[in-house]
Amino acid sequence: MAFEYSPAPESRSIVDLKSSYGLFIDGEFVEGTGSTFKSISPSTEEVLAEVTEGSAADVDRAVKAARKAFGPWSKMPGGERAKYLYRIARIVAERSREFAVLETLDNGKPIKETRDVDIPLVSQWFFYYAGWADKLAYAGLGPNPKPLGVAGQVIPWNFPLMMLAWKVAPALAAGNTVVLKPAETTPLTALLFAEVCQQADLPRGVVNIVTGAGATGQAVVEHPDVDKVAFTGSTAVGKAIARAIAGTDKKATLELGGKAANIVFADAPLDQAVEGIVNGIFFNQGHVCCAGSRLLVQESVYDEVLERLKRRMSTLRLGDPLDKNTDIGAINSAEQLARIKALVKVGDDEGAERWSAPCEIPDNGFWFAPTVFTGVSQAHRIAREEIFGPVLSVLTFRTPSEAIEKANNTPYGLSAGVWTEKGSRILAMADRLRAGVVWANTFNQFDPASPFGGYQESGYGREGGRHGLAAYLEGAPS
Amino acid sequence: MSERVEVRKTHKLYIGGAFPRSESGRTFEALDAKGTFLANMAKGSRKDARDAVRAARSAQSGWAGRTPYNRGQVIYRIAEVMEDRRDQLVEQLRAVGSTPKQASTAVDLTVDRIVWYAGWADKFVQVLGNANPVSSPFFNLSSPEPTGVVAVLAPSDPLLGLVSTILPAVVTGNAVVVVADESAPIPAVTLAEILATSDVPGGVINVLTGSAAEIGPWLASHMDVNGIDLAGAGDDAKDLEIASAENLKRVRRRAAEDWTAEPDLTRLAQWTETKTVWHPIGV
Repeated sequence: MAFEYSPAPESRSIVDLKSSYGLFIDGEFVEGTGSTFKSISPSTEEVLAEVTEGSAADVDRAVKAARKAFGPWSKMPGGERAKYLYRIARIVAERSREFAVLETLDNGKPIKETRDVDIPLVSQWFFYYAGWADKLAYAGLGPNPKPLGVAGQVIPWNFPLMMLAWKVAPALAAGNTVVLKPAETTPLTALLFAEVCQQADLPRGVVNIVTGAGATGQAVVEHPDVDKVAFTGSTAVGKAIARAIAGTDKKATLELGGKAANIVFADAPLDQAVEGIVNGIFFNQGHVCCAGSRLLVQESVYDEVLERLKRRMSTLRLGDPLDKNTDIGAINSAEQLARIKALVKVGDDEGAERWSAPCEIPDNGFWFAPTVFTGVSQAHRIAREEIFGPVLSVLTFRTPSEAIEKANNTPYGLSAGVWTEKGSRILAMADRLRAGVVWANTFNQFDPASPFGGYQESGYGREGGRHGLAAYLEGAPS
Repeated sequence: MSERVEVRKTHKLYIGGAFPRSESGRTFEALDAKGTFLANMAKGSRKDARDAVRAARSAQSGWAGRTPYNRGQVIYRIAEVMEDRRDQLVEQLRAVGSTPKQASTAVDLTVDRIVWYAGWADKFVQVLGNANPVSSPFFNLSSPEPTGVVAVLAPSDPLLGLVSTILPAVVTGNAVVVVADESAPIPAVTLAEILATSDVPGGVINVLTGSAAEIGPWLASHMDVNGIDLAGAGDDAKDLEIASAENLKRVRRRAAEDWTAEPDLTRLAQWTETKTVWHPIGV
């Protein structure tokens, strides 16, 4: 039976949206020299604000401001830098409800995720790295490691403010200054973050935010006075960046795509495993690079797992992202929805069997019901390509070796999940999985103290922890 | 009585633990510092490089699966065997222009460098890894793992530079395909013979002689190579880096390096991937 819910929408009155936004350069909002574009709410298609498309000249201005700020910022005692970062952590926490509502409006993800996951992690990320700023000598890179200079950072739309925090916090703690380009479809929380920098009295030019699309990001990456590139996004763009910085002295951190295997053994606690499968692929509408998009189930429990999974999927509530009971929000853009639909059609055409949770799709906005494909073989494109949506492909295995072979049969290598009650099997599987993050009897856990990043074509470098700090200091590899 | 005629050695490649000639049948001349002929060297080809990558791939997981203690002992054994061959190596370095003192020092440093790296086999995981204090009930551990197959374009220092680029990859469990410096390739063949008579499993280190300019692009664009050290790359270093982006190889760029100085850990760390494992804590 289905539970009846009354609507429980979070009020959006806490958000004070301006009709248009400039760029945040050298400590203040300025007009850009390029055109403008609109940021819409993916759940209603209403226009939220007009945003500036940063031109190459705007990027140059931002890099110059960052360069000018770099000297004083890097020479400031680490303990003083730390205090600015602590201030930012506190202000984000103070304004967390405002950030959560705005993120949900601009991105389309459920308020319970922005409220309970994204924004709390943002504050925690700044708090964690604040404490590193005066302890760089303990990062494992020698007694006096130096910052790299100006960091050009380009972030995706799936966790807009969280990705900003992952990039900005360690960069600033290490003494770098930044030019950050938020994603085209989700620029608003980054612009609100600029206000936080102002409230914190962060010195001018230490953080610069230039909104725009791909061309703006490219201008950031290719600017000759940028010393470090940090990018999270697609593998195709990551490869283009690797080519663009070839032959330069620029260092890079690339967090790219994934096609993670989530492996369920027959002895797994199945109720927990089903929750983990659902969390793994339907968290954030599956717009997660480390999503558990390939479910590998041991044959003997296949029927049982699928039955429980479909039953659980049927209880997922899709709809208004601001409603506190919503599990599945909107797909972030029309373009992404088209991509998901195209790959789902490929799945149909290749002969996999599709089942979608029965849910009502709202009239406006971009939506895709939680979907599972069975009868998937390793050669199917839906088992190989990143869909970046709420679509799960199910494969089976008999032995641990077969599970490893299938899990590792991908050019990616970002994450993997293992579900079993047997501790020694977990450790053996974790040893043999070629992935940067392995979740055992859990999935999609993140923490500022824990390094995150991939093998192979999922990119290089780590974010989080001591490793994530080292990526912004001289003396670390790559 | 006539003087005895010496038996000369054929200088070959070292692939998968065997010493084949180049499949191309080509050779090039190794010359001494004065330009006098020393030997015909096998001139490695694209197919030789491909065979070497295949040998490296099949050897890699077994090598990485050895215990750290065992990997350390095997690498230490290379130093033992090299020490035995020091006169031969000194002579080979002198032939390409080193003074007796320089040649002797270079061999000393090389043997000591091997011993230094041998000791890292069972320590680097502790130094590069971390227990992570996450704020949720999980046991959270990050450890470095080998990247896989690493291609090395060896620098022009024909023995110390060669060893200083191969070993940081090998000690952590990677397998290596190295292209020896074209201008002084003979010490690389001697190293291959040392490896063959140490306990290094076949395929873990594969040595190609020939032209880095010719073989380098094939290794940089090879989809089953995970990392590339451009220490000895020429003016095509940028092109090699661009080709490497196709499967996002980890790239070590060219840089001015003093091979005689004790290395830092960046080269060793470069050929590792940090894996973080989360496990719930609960009763």
